[in-house]
Amino acid sequence: MRQRETKRVIPRPQAEGSLRPQEGSLAALGMTALPRRAVFAGALAITVVPLAAAHATPDAMAAAIKEVTGDAAVREAKVKLDIPPLVENGNAVPLTVSVESPMSEQDHVKAIHVFNEKNPQPHVFDARLGPPNGKAEIATRIKLNDSQRVVAIAELSSGAFVSGSAEVIVTLAACVEDLT
Amino acid sequence: MSNVMVNVPKTAKPGEMIELKALIMHPMETGFRSGTNGRIIPRNIIQRFAATWNGQEIFAMAFSPAIAANPFVSFFAVARQSGTIEFHWTGDEGFDVKEQVAITVG
Repeated sequence: MRQRETKRVIPRPQAEGSLRPQEGSLAALGMTALPRRAVFAGALAITVVPLAAAHATPDAMAAAIKEVTGDAAVREAKVKLDIPPLVENGNAVPLTVSVESPMSEQDHVKAIHVFNEKNPQPHVFDARLGPPNGKAEIATRIKLNDSQRVVAIAELSSGAFVSGSAEVIVTLAACVEDLT
Repeated sequence: MSNVMVNVPKTAKPGEMIELKALIMHPMETGFRSGTNGRIIPRNIIQRFAATWNGQEIFAMAFSPAIAANPFVSFFAVARQSGTIEFHWTGDEGFDVKEQVAITVG
């Protein structure tokens, strides 16, 4: 019993003696607290930046639209997007874009551009067409990464721009899913 | 190498509006996905699809990675003259495929 007590007693001074280094290490911890925050902040910055870069945003879409239209006003008319409102698989979403136009030499659709809000890139496709088409209607299948708004802009022969849009709910996203 | 399916009517009346459909087998790899080794799979898409009627371009389309795999495109054309309709796909990794269809108008 005594031996054990003495054993207990003996380490105490050692422990007390080692308090200073402990305090020192605590202080060191306190010192590292700031860098750690900085590290966290750094990690956050690192994770946030690629996310922002890897996903188009409504702003990115607006910028991409601006690239096409320039400063011209875009009227919401004539363009119809035929796309299912609820999509189970975002990997292949049927999309039909049609623009009301006589498609004559004087009055036709020169181009149709389709944009999205939340895929990694705002562009979907740019199509060039003209009077030989007779009808401004294009059907294709697209990928959608998330529930979002799809916008189509048509450039008319008069130089005017008209647009149409559709909201889509996607349950299984496309584009960025991994194969693992 | 690649598998193409086009649907064009064999005959058409002059001035008739016909629907042209084209489907091509292609992975349309976006370049945003990572594979089993965790590495990003490099982008491999078709960048451009165009259709010519007797050499004159009637339709062209620039694809982005947001076009689904095995791209399908359908569009319209007014039948004016007999001849050949050519579909042309070009893309990453030197992808270049042409498909010709004959059409009789009259």
